[in-house]
Order: sequence, then C-alpha cells, then structure tokens
Amino acid sequence: MNWLAKLEKIDRRWIFLGVALVVAAPLLLGLKTSVDITPPVKNTYEAIDRLPPGSVVMVSIDYDASTMPENQPMLLAVLRHAFQKNLKIILMGHWPLGLPVGTLGLDQVAREMHKTYGVDYVNLGFRPGTAAVMVNLGTEIRNVFPSDYKGVPLDSLEMVKNVHNYNDIRLLVGIEAGDTYEFWIIYVQARFGLKMAMGTTAVMAPTAYKYLQSGQLVGLIGGLKGAAEYESLIAHPGIGLAGMPAQSAGHLLIILFIILGNIGYFLSRRKKA
Amino acid sequence: MMKREIPLLITFLTGLLMVVQFFVPHRPIGQIGTGVLSWYTIIAGFTLLLGIDSLVGMHLKKLQRKQSGWGYSIMLILGLLLALGLGIFSEIKYGSALAFGSPFMYLYTYMMVPLQATMFSLLAFFIASAAYRAFRARTLEASLLLVAAMIVMLGRVPLGAAIWGKFPILAEWIMTVPNAAATRGILIGVALGGLAMSLRILLGIERTYLS
Amino acid sequence: MQNYSRLRSGFRKAQQLALNNHHFKNQGLRALLLFAWLALLASTSSAALAPPEDIKAFDTPNDAGGSNTITWKASPDDSLLLGYSVKRNAKPEGPFEEAGVVLKGQEEFQDAGLTDGQKYYYRVDARVLGDSASSAVAGPAVPSAQWFNLGRVNILAFIMLFAGVVLWYIARAKKGAKLFIRRIAGLDAVEEAVGRSTEMGRPLMFIPGLLSIDDVTTLAALTILGRVARKAAEYDTPVLVPCTDPLVMTTAQEIVKQSYSEAGRPDAYREGNISYLTYDQFGYAAGCDGMMLREKPGAVFLQGYFYAESLILAETGHSIGAIQIAGTTAVDQLPFFVTACDYTLIGEEMYAASSYLTREPIMLGTLKGEDLIKLLIVLALTVGVVLETFGKHWIQALFQ
Repeated sequence: MNWLAKLEKIDRRWIFLGVALVVAAPLLLGLKTSVDITPPVKNTYEAIDRLPPGSVVMVSIDYDASTMPENQPMLLAVLRHAFQKNLKIILMGHWPLGLPVGTLGLDQVAREMHKTYGVDYVNLGFRPGTAAVMVNLGTEIRNVFPSDYKGVPLDSLEMVKNVHNYNDIRLLVGIEAGDTYEFWIIYVQARFGLKMAMGTTAVMAPTAYKYLQSGQLVGLIGGLKGAAEYESLIAHPGIGLAGMPAQSAGHLLIILFIILGNIGYFLSRRKKA
Repeated sequence: MMKREIPLLITFLTGLLMVVQFFVPHRPIGQIGTGVLSWYTIIAGFTLLLGIDSLVGMHLKKLQRKQSGWGYSIMLILGLLLALGLGIFSEIKYGSALAFGSPFMYLYTYMMVPLQATMFSLLAFFIASAAYRAFRARTLEASLLLVAAMIVMLGRVPLGAAIWGKFPILAEWIMTVPNAAATRGILIGVALGGLAMSLRILLGIERTYLS
Repeated sequence: MQNYSRLRSGFRKAQQLALNNHHFKNQGLRALLLFAWLALLASTSSAALAPPEDIKAFDTPNDAGGSNTITWKASPDDSLLLGYSVKRNAKPEGPFEEAGVVLKGQEEFQDAGLTDGQKYYYRVDARVLGDSASSAVAGPAVPSAQWFNLGRVNILAFIMLFAGVVLWYIARAKKGAKLFIRRIAGLDAVEEAVGRSTEMGRPLMFIPGLLSIDDVTTLAALTILGRVARKAAEYDTPVLVPCTDPLVMTTAQEIVKQSYSEAGRPDAYREGNISYLTYDQFGYAAGCDGMMLREKPGAVFLQGYFYAESLILAETGHSIGAIQIAGTTAVDQLPFFVTACDYTLIGEEMYAASSYLTREPIMLGTLKGEDLIKLLIVLALTVGVVLETFGKHWIQALFQ
C-alpha cells in the first residue's frame, strides 16, 4: 500500500508528460467527436442568423497571436456564418498586434466565400484609444477611421457609404482575450444600446457570464468548445471541433490525477492516524 | 513643503476635474476626459524610451563586467536592434511596419507568434500540476471546490456529455448561478475598494506613490 | 385605402383557392381568375404605403450640444420597408434634406453636427423601392448643451454618500475611536516571508502586475512594495522588481529608494534590481520565470493586475520552493493564485493593505466607511430582490 500513499506526491514531470501524450495523441490520430450546443453559443448563432441580408455586423479583434488557437476558430466560424447570410462585415480592433491575425482570418474566409472587398466587407484597422475610439464611433465612424486599413477613404467604399455610426450597425461581435469586452459593454452597450455578442477565451468566460445573464450580451462563445459548437451549428468543422477529442482527453487526465492525489492524501492521513 | 504639497495639490485638482467632467457634458469641460486620455497615451509612448534605456543599460553593464549570462545579453541587444531596424525599414518601404509581406511582419509571424503561443500553451501543463496539488478534500469547502471543478471540467467537453447527459446542464448552472454570484460579489468589493483608494489618493491620505 | 400587406395576403388566398379548387377544372376559367387577380393587383399597386406615426423631435438630452433626437412609431408596413429616411430643414414647410437613414425596425435617430440654438424641423419617410410615405412634420427641435448629465444623478448621489460616510469615519478616527479590522492572513505573512528569505540568504522578488501607473491596482501594489521594501531593508535582503512598464519602473525605483532611506540603509539600495523587462505579456512572464529560476528568491510577491501569465508565474514560483503572497483584483486570475500560492489577497484586500499595514487611524477610517457602504449595498440588493419578485422595479430604476 506504500505506493498508493506515494500517489499524493507524483512528480510534476510525469503530469506534464501525461498531458503532452493525451493531448497530442487524439490530434495525431485525427479523432472526431460531436459537441452538444449550449444556450450562450446558440444565442450568438441566432442573433446573427436572424439578421436580414445586408445588415452590417461589426467584428472587433481584441486578441493577438498568443490566444489565436482559441480565438481564431471562433472568428472564422462567425465570419463564415455572416457571409452565408449575406451580411456585411466591418472589421476593426483595439489590439494592434491582433489586427494582422484578424485580417488573415477575414481574407481567408472572404476568399472561400467569394466575397468582394468594399462591397461585402471592409477592414478599418486599428486606432489607439480604446474607450475614446468606442465612444467616437457612436457619433461618426469617419471621425476615427476616415479611411480603411490601407488608407482608402471610406466614402469611396460602397459598403460603408451609408454607415455612419452604431445606428447603422445591427450587431457587434467582439473576439476577446483581455478585458476590452468590458469597455465595449460600459461605453457602447450601456450608452448606445448596440446589441453585442462576445467570443472569449475559456479562462475569461466565467466572468463574462454575468453580462450574459443580465442581458447586456445577447450571446457568448467561450473557449475552444464554444468555437466547436459554433462550427457544429454552421456545419463547417474546423480547428474547434478538431481540438475537442484532445481537450476531452486532457480534462479526463486532470480529473484522474486529482482522484489519484486524493486517494494518496486519504491513505497517508489514515497511515498517520 | 514644495516637494510634497505641490504634487498633492496637482493630484487633487486633476482628480477633481476628471470627476467633474464625468457629470458635465457642456464644452469644454465634457471634452477634457478624452483630451487627457490622449495626452496620457502620448506621454506613455515617450516613457518607452526610459524603459529601453534601463534595459539596454543593464545588459551593457553585464557585458562590460562579463557577469554570468552575458552571452544572453548580447542576444537581447542584437534582437532589439534587429526588431528596431526591420521596423524602421518596413515603415519606410511598405508604409507601415505592420503591412503584410514586410520584414517586420515576417519576424512577428514566424518568431513572436510561435513564442507567444508556446508560452500560453504552458498553461495547460501548469494547470494540470496546480490542480493535482491543490484539489484535495481537506475541508468541506475544499471538497465543494473539488466537486464543482470536476463537474465543470466534465461538462465543458463532449466526453462529459457522453458519460452523463446532465453534466453540461450542471456545469452551465454552476457557471451562471454560483460562479456569477461570487464574481459579482468580488467585483462590488473591488469597485468599492478602488473608490476608497482613489479617494485616499485624491485627498492626499495615500502618499506612498509620491516617494 | 387598404395597405399593401392586407391586399397581398387577400389576393394570394384568392389565387390559391382558384388554382387548387377541383371544381375549376376548366383551364380557361382559372386563367381568367389569375388575369383578374393581376389586373386588380396592378390597379391597387398605387395603394398608399403607411407612413411612420407619432414622430417627435427634441434636443438630445445630457449631451454636449449639436444634436437632436428623433423618435417615431414604426410604420404598419415596417416589414416591407427598406428603411426610414430622416429628413431635416430649418423651416417646417421644407424643402427637406436627408439627415440620415436607418434600417426598418428602428424607431430612433440621432442627428449630430448641428448648430446650437437653431430650430430644426423633421420628417420621417418610410421607404420601399420606388416609393415612400412621409410622416407629419415634427419640431422645432433646438439643440443645446447641458451643464449637468441628469442621467448620472444617481452616480453623483452615490459618490456623495460614499465620500460622506468615509469622511465621517475619518473624523471619528481622528477623535480616537477604536476601529476594528479583521485579520488578513496574506498581509500578516509579509514579515514571515521577508524573514524566510533572509534566513535562506536569498533575495525577495516583487512582481507588480501588467498594468501601468494609471491603474489603481498598480498603485495599491506599489504601496505594498513600499512596506515590503522597508522590511527588506531592515533585514538587509535585496528586492528584485522586474517591471513591464517604464513608468511603474521609475515609480518603483523611487519607492524602494525611499523605503531604504527610511530604514536607515540608503547605501544598500541597488537601482539595477528594479528593471524594465518588456511590454509584451508572455515575454515578461518568460523574463520573470528566468529570473526566478536563476536568482531563486525565498519569497515571491505577485501583487497587481495579471492576465493569463498569472499561473505561469505562480507555478514557477512554487517549483523553486518560494513562499508566495499574491494579490489581485483580476477576478479571472484569482482561482489560479488561490490554487498555486500560499496566501492570496482577494480584490479589495489589496486596497486595504496600506491601511492594514500602517494601522493609521485615518486610513482605517476609510476602510470602515467602505464596509458601511458595502452593507448598504447588500441591504439594497436584498430589498431589491424582494421587490422585483413582487414586480416592483423601484430599486432597479434607481440604478439605471
């Protein structure tokens, strides 16, 4: 029974090795799984699905390369859905190093779905100021972004000729890795009443739930599982769904280690007693 | 008197002005907040020079004295010069350092992005070891934490739903009810604490930052 | 005159009846009915589109001027519309120029960029392709700037209440009233942590978080740094402070220097121990981890606002066997600190640190004031929940 008591003090390197193996194996074996759809993701899907064709959706890139594995799948899924519904996309962001990542995603999906720049989507880029930018967009977009990310004047882009402020935008979807989403809620949702849905990393999702519950957010996509759910809803599997077997295995392994640790703890306590 | 009292007076007056501008929309008072934010952004940009001076100075000293790890100091200084050089070159040639296809973006995409993603991935390993170490049923509260964590971990993956269909529902309930309630409670406390701290700073009761 | 939607649905029903009714086996008769339907549709195509109703135009409240708000009730034909065109002019008789366009379903528009003091008249046109229906003219609306944002009067009242309570407790503290503060284990452990590092002959490490000097959490962290540095100076223990922001670095240098002077050890202060690493989040985490693994501090203080790197820092600190005291207002990072660190200051306990460590009556007075306000909030929440359960929204309205 001595070895059982040692379960209380497993060297962390064995834990790291275990995690590496169980996460890598499903990815290498290409295992597939389905996901159940949770209400927050369903609500986000429906918020976009209900918009009439031609409605303008603003997508805010508030993450960067470090959270790309979690946030990029949600961006791609949302963009695919929006383009499927013939919605118009305005991309912008508050993280300067996230805009290239967001632009890559937008260009990739636009190519896939044969959408035209300036007609179906526009990329405004980045301007510093976060809260100041958000508030000023409520008056006139051209006050902050007189031109798009390449310097083309907005008035020469067909899609945004009649888009001036939040009155002309039906929904904001924020892809978030920090607390910029709280700025959106405080400065835009509360002030201008713009409908918004957020895609956050899994760590942030628990704190974002309170805004969902109070109705300040219409939907929430939390972490890679949220991205997987959205991919499932639009019937376009991607990295989200591909990562689910690995994530499941990882969670099971952590639970196993916790159980082993507790067995070791109770056995060593009994031994001391 | 001058060294302490004048900064305190400036703090008080500036703070009061920012509070007043929140309630008074009339120009020019209502515009002060946005203006001050812009000034801060500009000043903060210049302080980067201070940081670079400190960083380079520290590593040059290490190089001079051949202290242990001086080889890494060379790497740091070379990396700094490389990023600076490529950024300036990209800005001139492509109009923006962040323009697609620019050397700076190449550096960012093929060095920064993998490095950042790698550091972020460490969390998966660390959370496993931290959870293994910390989630022990020592007390009633620790047991509740343990059970809640396991339900949420199972409920948030497809395998959990396959094991028992109620796991996702329970996990969702834990997130939307007790978790949201606790978060709100802590946030109310944080907001009040921040308000009290701000009041102390405005009134000059809290002065440690002025040293 | 009937509107579009009722006409269309009526004729569709007639069409369906004609086409599906088995009595009308005669193709000719069916063709005649269809022709009649088309003729009637053509003749009624000039049926008037219903305009929006109840249009109101007024100065946008609580703003800096130059803006009017126009509201209306959606047209009964809203589902058929392309949108609404809001038209404006300085005279009620026109001609009207377009101020803006909104999509169907919307019932409000803010017209900005106007001249204060000038009268404006508005009309809202419901639009379909090739047709529109104009509402009655509303106005005059005269934009003006307001001196007080009435929408924020509840916030002002709260601030006055808060300040009043805090000042009252400060006055009580000045008069010598004893104010009780509960134990905060993390702050009590500061001396233990410094002592442990000194015994081991290892430095202390203080990580002030990721935000800049403008954040209250960073200021609270620097306040704690001052106290920790003072203790460290007394024990002659070096303090390492890697910073992610140059402003925080310069402030931290001044604070630690001052603490060493106050402890009578100005000669022991080393400016190089407080350094700038990088602005990048994970670069900073990597730098701090490297420092921890090389310098092997006996105690690590993780005080400030953290993001995803919190667990990386805490686990590395644990792996070197350091005693760790964390404190943050970042609610999503608290679980990681609670799991990986020996002591955690949760949220406002960080803000209470300076009061707790100095025990100055005036500082304790602000803590007590904060507690009383929290109690009032809890009471308001309880009463609010009960009232909401019975459908009374008074408390909710107070917070809007």
